[in-house]
Order: sequence, then C-alpha cells, then structure tokens
Amino acid sequence: MANLAKLSLSEEEELMYTDQLGAILDHARDIMSLDTDDLLPTAHPLELKNVFRPDVETASLSREEVLSQAPASEDGRFLVPRILGEAP
Amino acid sequence: MGASVGLGASEIAELVRSKEISALEVAEEHLGLIESQDPNLNSFLQLASAAAIAAAKEVDAKIARGEDPGRLAGVPIALKDNLVTRGQTTTCASQILKGWKPPYSATVVERVSSAGAIAMGKTNLDEFAMGSSTENSSFGPTRNPYDLNRVPGGSSGGSAAAVAAKFAALALGSDTGGSIRQPAALCGIVGVKPTYGTVSRYGLIAFASSLDQVGPFARNVKDAALLLQVIAGHDSRDSTSLESPFPDLISHLDKGVRGLRVGIIEELIEGAAPMVGEALMASARSLSDQGAKVEHVSVPAVTYGLSAYYLIAPAEASSNLARYDGVRYGLRVDGQDMNETYVSTRTQGFGAEVKRRIMLGTFALSSGYYDAYYVKAQKVRTMIIDSFQNAYDRFDVLLSPTAPTTAFELGAKASDPLTMYLSDVCTIPTNLAGHPAMSVPYGLGENQMPIGIQILAPALGEVNMFRVAKAIENAAPTITKGLFWE
Repeated sequence: MANLAKLSLSEEEELMYTDQLGAILDHARDIMSLDTDDLLPTAHPLELKNVFRPDVETASLSREEVLSQAPASEDGRFLVPRILGEAP
Repeated sequence: MGASVGLGASEIAELVRSKEISALEVAEEHLGLIESQDPNLNSFLQLASAAAIAAAKEVDAKIARGEDPGRLAGVPIALKDNLVTRGQTTTCASQILKGWKPPYSATVVERVSSAGAIAMGKTNLDEFAMGSSTENSSFGPTRNPYDLNRVPGGSSGGSAAAVAAKFAALALGSDTGGSIRQPAALCGIVGVKPTYGTVSRYGLIAFASSLDQVGPFARNVKDAALLLQVIAGHDSRDSTSLESPFPDLISHLDKGVRGLRVGIIEELIEGAAPMVGEALMASARSLSDQGAKVEHVSVPAVTYGLSAYYLIAPAEASSNLARYDGVRYGLRVDGQDMNETYVSTRTQGFGAEVKRRIMLGTFALSSGYYDAYYVKAQKVRTMIIDSFQNAYDRFDVLLSPTAPTTAFELGAKASDPLTMYLSDVCTIPTNLAGHPAMSVPYGLGENQMPIGIQILAPALGEVNMFRVAKAIENAAPTITKGLFWE
C-alpha cells in the first residue's frame, strides 16, 4: 500500500500501521454483513449532472505568480528531476 | 482589553455602521488580545495584522464616504488554514505546504471580505483537516480556552478556540465528518455544517470532496445565521454548487418552534456520556415547553456511519492528496529520479495521520478490494440516506449529542486512531447524507466543560434547523466558567 501511495515506511512504522489499519478494517466489518444487494452506491449526495459553464474566455492565473511558488522552474515552466532512467 | 472584545458579529457591524466605534478600533483591540493571549492557546498559525488594519481602515473610509460597508462591517473573522488566501501563507497545518502563498483566494474568503469582515489570520487545524482534536497539526496542538490541558476538538480546533476565546467574533471552518460541529461543541460555541452544495468549495483545499463543506462558527445562533447568509449561494467555479437561492434565515429565527416535530435519535444517545445525555434530554424538554412535538425515533443505519465514512473519506483523500508531488508548489525533497522525488517529498511532508488515511484509502480503492470495501461503503451510504429519509417523513428536525463526550485531555486519545475516530460518531452520518446539521451549546457538564446539542435537518432544511437552534439557545443554561485569560 505504501508503494502505491508513494510513501516510504520504516520497519517500525510498517508494524504500527499494520496494527492500526487492521483495527480500523476490523471495525468496518460491521457493514460487511449488511444486505445491500438492492441498493445502488452513492458517490455523491447531490443529483447534479453535467454542470457546464458558458464557453467564454476568462483571465487565468498569472504564470509568474504560479511559478513563484514552484520548488523549481525554468523558462516559464515547472522544472522536475529526470523522469526516465537512462544515463545522462 | 478593549470595549469591542466579546461583542457579537451583529452588534459589532451595527456599531461600526452607526460610527459608534471604528472598524480600526475593533481590529486593534482584537489583535491586541490575540498577540498577548494566543501564545497560550495556539489557535492562529499566521496572524494577518497589517492586512487586517488596512481592511479595517478601508471599511471606515467607506462609511465616511457614505457607501455601504457590507453586512459584516468591521467584524473580526478567523479563517481555517485550509482556505486559500491569495499571497498569504496557507499550510493546511502540513509541512508539505509550509510557506506556500496561494495565487488566488477561496470564494468564501472573497465573500466575507466583500461583506466588510476583517480577516485576522489563519487558524490551526489537524493536518489536512484529518482529526478530531487539532493534535495532528504539524505546528503544535491548539488548546481549549476553557481548560488549557484539554483539546478544542477538531479538525477546525483553531477556528473554534479563537471564537470561544473572543479573539474573533466569527470564524470559518470546514466539516467533512464533524470538523465544525464537534469543536464547536467542545468549545461551547455555535458551529454549522450547511447542506452539501450550499457553500462554495472553490479554494477549500480538498480532503473528501463528496463530504467537505465550509461553514460558520459564532458565539450565538443569530451571528452564525448572518455569516452563513453571507457565504451561501451559487458559485460557477464550484461544479457541485447548488443553483437554488438560499433562504433568509434571520427573518425566521424568532418564529419559535410551536408545532415543529422533533425526533431524538435513539441510536446516538446510547454511546454518550451520562452528562451529555442529560443535557440532550433537558434541551428536548425545553423544546416541548416551547410547543414543539418531541419524540424518540430510531434511525438504525446511523450506527454504520463510522465504518462507511472511514472507507469513503480516506478513499477520496488518497486521490485528492496525490497532487502533493513536489512539482508545482509546496515541499520538494529531491531524489535521484522523479519517482524517488515523489516518495521522499511525501514521506517527509505528510504527518502520521495523513499517511494512515492515504494508505487506508489506497487499500479501499485497490484492485481486488474495491468492491468489497469502497463500493460496499457507498451502498451503506445509500442505506443511511434512506434511513434518514424515513425519519424525516415524520419529523422536521432530529436531535442528538454533537459529540459523545466533552473535551478530553491532550494526549488522551492520540495513540489510538480508532478511539479518536469514535469522537465523530454522531456527526458523520450527516456528511454522508449531504444534509445540514449544527451544534448549539447547552451549558457545562459536571467536569465544567461545555456540552453541544446537535440539530439535524433534511437537505435544505436550514430554516427549521435554525429556528430550533434559537429555541435551544434561549433555554440553555449560560456558561458561567471564565476563559483562560479572564
């Protein structure tokens, strides 16, 4: 799970989370036995569908202001470490 | 301490508009109190003193020019630090956003400012609003203004503590599973979670998008209604925002409760501490005395709320928090390659509770477990909505405790996440249903800590909910205990 969530855990943390997540999932067992065959899942409390805005151009955030908060940027773009693994 | 400290929002706005007091004096008096006393409470993460003074002067200038300064003219307000404020640090109490200055402001922040309210600063919370005690803040816990050894509740503990301590007349918080109502109860103030879609979520940093809703804190019911009135209403920048106009709450507040049908939720009394149960029954008697028809009602599915919530909310959170990757804003801890950068950034940037929920959510959504956990929880969500619907066929509003206990001591539940999660057992079902609910103080328990009564209503049932809240407030014993600084 930690790998999927892009987190790294120490051995100690692994033990702690295994215990704690186990206890939480045990508690969740109370809903497993409920008969829900005739129910549809609710993803969202509102019955809104297909909300569109008018297709009109509006001002967007200033590029400078947005990039000023980036850990690294170059030439008006976000700068990230190497994505592919090949040698430089 | 200045003359304006302790006045309610409606009173301050009235005095400022009639020039009996200036917005500048109000701001300076409140800032003075915060500067001298907040080091003991830790309710604010950042104070916006200079901006507050400038905004207060602008309100006074508008009044001098004969312009309308707005319904909240000169009223000091505190903002939970998961609401983005342009150019002003917004952290979500997380190391991963430490020092971040957002390039835009939340709709609710713009609305309170246009109404003339003075933003005093950003308040502490459990990291990413995940928690029930504000102990999960990575900048230290907030304390309860009635007893500094106890928690203020959470996750909006900083906002609740700031209003209770009279540092501000109003505050904004967010409520995903009880994060406004539970701290309001523990701090002896009013807190409201509006109907889902009533208040814009634009600029609220997302935790669980189908549950999150912004709402008000105030020291009385009328002020909470006033603030809700200012922030409610359609926003085209939030696609889950309702288009229907929001009703006028204040004109209905004093209509009384004669003839209203009030149901006490049996399932939520059972787990409550005896003093909390007694306060609930006393508040119910006061409603019958005022002409409401009060009965007990069973809403069986609410008991499954906690389990469904702790699968659905973490699932949504694990997806929402995937955006903290060290690329566009916030912390970056460089690694050899992009993947290592993601992992080191998130490992260093997130605290223990956030990691716990991300992993729980990742599990509930993972291939092989998705149907058994996530979809099952969503079906139970439907069951809870149906169960409420049955009750609302016979009742206008429902009553329960807001929290099973009064404020607990710092550290008392910190090592056991499940025990902490149980603090939200009464508030969670409302979020799953998308309904409104609010907490109103009802005196002190035998341990001299405040007790909150929760009033629940069907979707868009705010008018009746506030009428009942006002009636309970009228009958409630006053909180006689002094604040830590009084």
